[in-house]
Amino acid sequence: MDKMVPYPSNSIVPERDLDKKPILETHHLGVDFGGLTAVDDFSITVGRTEISGLIGPNGAGKTTVFNLLTNVYQPTRGDIMLDGMTTARKTCFQVNKMGIARTFQNIRLFSNMSVLDNVKIGLHNSINQNLFSAMTHLFNYGKSEKAARDEAMSLLEFFDMQDVADSEAGSLPYGAQRRLEIARALATHPKIILLDEPAAGMNPSETSELMENIRRIRDNFGIAVLLIEHDMKLVMNICEGICVLDHGKVIAKGSPDEIKSNPKVIEAYLGKKKEGDANA
Amino acid sequence: MRKFKSINKFTRTGIISYLLVILGFAIIFPLQQLGLINHSLSGQLVPICTYIVMALSLNLTVGFLGELSLGHAGFVSVGAFSGVIAAAGLQDKIAFEPLRLLIAVIIGGICAGIVGLIIGVPVLRLRGDYLAIVTLAFGEIIKNIINCLYVGVDKSGLHISMNDVKSLGMENGKIILNGPQGAVGIDQISSFTAGVILILFALFIILNLVNSKSGRAVMAIRDNRIAAESVGINISKYKLIAFITSSVLAGMAGVVYAMNYSTIVAKKFDFNTSILILVFVVLGGMGNIVGTIIATVVLYMLPELLREFSDFRMLIYAVILIVVMLLTNNEKVKLILSNTTGKLLSKSGKIIKWKGSADNG
Ligand SMILES: Nc1ncnc2c1ncn2[C@@H]1O[C@H](COP(=O)(O)OP(=O)(O)OP(=O)(O)O)[C@@H](O)[C@H]1O
Ligand SMILES: [Mg+2]
Repeated sequence: MDKMVPYPSNSIVPERDLDKKPILETHHLGVDFGGLTAVDDFSITVGRTEISGLIGPNGAGKTTVFNLLTNVYQPTRGDIMLDGMTTARKTCFQVNKMGIARTFQNIRLFSNMSVLDNVKIGLHNSINQNLFSAMTHLFNYGKSEKAARDEAMSLLEFFDMQDVADSEAGSLPYGAQRRLEIARALATHPKIILLDEPAAGMNPSETSELMENIRRIRDNFGIAVLLIEHDMKLVMNICEGICVLDHGKVIAKGSPDEIKSNPKVIEAYLGKKKEGDANA
Repeated sequence: MRKFKSINKFTRTGIISYLLVILGFAIIFPLQQLGLINHSLSGQLVPICTYIVMALSLNLTVGFLGELSLGHAGFVSVGAFSGVIAAAGLQDKIAFEPLRLLIAVIIGGICAGIVGLIIGVPVLRLRGDYLAIVTLAFGEIIKNIINCLYVGVDKSGLHISMNDVKSLGMENGKIILNGPQGAVGIDQISSFTAGVILILFALFIILNLVNSKSGRAVMAIRDNRIAAESVGINISKYKLIAFITSSVLAGMAGVVYAMNYSTIVAKKFDFNTSILILVFVVLGGMGNIVGTIIATVVLYMLPELLREFSDFRMLIYAVILIVVMLLTNNEKVKLILSNTTGKLLSKSGKIIKWKGSADNG
């Protein structure tokens, strides 16, 4: 591939990002579990401030792609470039330090801890505190804890959660838990955030609030968002580029309008729904 | 009281545990000095203090890190014997007893910490209950090694052998470790005061750690390893930090414990002792510091109090353990407990999962 042109010709990256190097690229990524090929030949390019979507029917391999991007699974084939650097042979925590953060399809909070502590744990790598000051509470302990608290509080304020800072994370309502998980991921200062079904289990008003929040995340933090979602209204509304996965393979890539009218997508995904609608 | 409740949960636990220990000392110490405490209880004071530290340190591994260790007494043992050897070696050089004890405690802690590092580095990378298996084996191995270790000191320094006393080749020396007979002729420089200071030190380290960046990382690993990794926490590093801290404190407790007796054998720190410490932790509440202190004192004293039942003593002890365990797991009792104690112990009896599930989402 020509190094001078980082974007492939069929790129769906928005124009404003085209003059900058992409934040995330995957080349022919694939993973096998025993005999099952869960993901195959998965290539995408994500611009630095792009909001993009990854959709597909149940079991298509979307979460598996996230697990590959965050090195939870090692790819069988292909490679991943995060901000121009390969993530091969890195561990999960190292790729997070490189600038990728995520949320989980089935929420994974530290549920016995307070909301504030959950965000503080997200701030882990930006807290300047060594083991000695941690054990003695001397030197920069006070300063670093206060800085962490202030930043965690401002992140909670961003999601209008400052009033529940001291509540136990597990006691929050579902929608708030999803927001907290996003806040915790943002606390790691990522360059790109991966959201796995952020609207799952939310009511319509929570979903529209979420859409607003996703845009605000992009605008405020200037980062890229890659999300998996089954709620088509949300995806079509906020995603600038969409990638459709079916049986582990990319079957379509394009703008929301292109995806909506792509016959392959309609057949694999939207088509099934229409059939169901017609039958009902 | 309202104000007290509004303070951070960790700060509150800290205040209560320090107060508990200091109050206990303030009441018992004068009584002991006046000779108002009977001989058998008086002899139990140092062991109780050190068992509290052993339980507190094991709680760091089991309660805060969420890893099961079945060989905690092994670290106590390493600390105890290296501390005894250090103290004997320093006997002529440092006349001031508290200072000698302090140095022995530090050396015992370091030795136990090094052993913790050697065990922790390979084992803590693995997912699963490997730590339990390895620590179980380690406890037995350490016991057997010390059983055939001969150490003596003379003018030219320390002599070590694995064969017998003769092969130490000492002239006019003093035997410190005599194989299966264990450590002999220990100078009994440990005291109740030293034990209490050690508890306060352990509390200081553990409470500070829990309420810091490192402590939060350790608890994050316990609560959800996958999520902890996803926010950039180096799992192996923080597991190791917690495990080594736990080993060091156990080793220190071992030194203070051993220096309370004139002789001590390796068999004292066997599997049964490890389990005894684990019982204190489980009944005190995993991750519950105040609970651990109370459980250790009560359960350590219990066999003494049950002495009049003679043959049935351990049977009754076991029954009491089971009843307490059932009660502290009962939702209703937990509710009553947390209400009556003003939520001071609200975290007690909370069962922390040892391992999170590892599904892909
Ligand atoms: N660790 C694994 N071992 C074996 N098979 C796996 C593993 N992880 C995922 N799979 C399989 O890979 C396929 C894709 O799963 P994945 O969870 O990525 O789907 P998904 O697109 O996220 O679906 P959903 O919309 O239901 O969340 C499934 O058939 C799943 O059973
Ligand atoms: Mg999924």
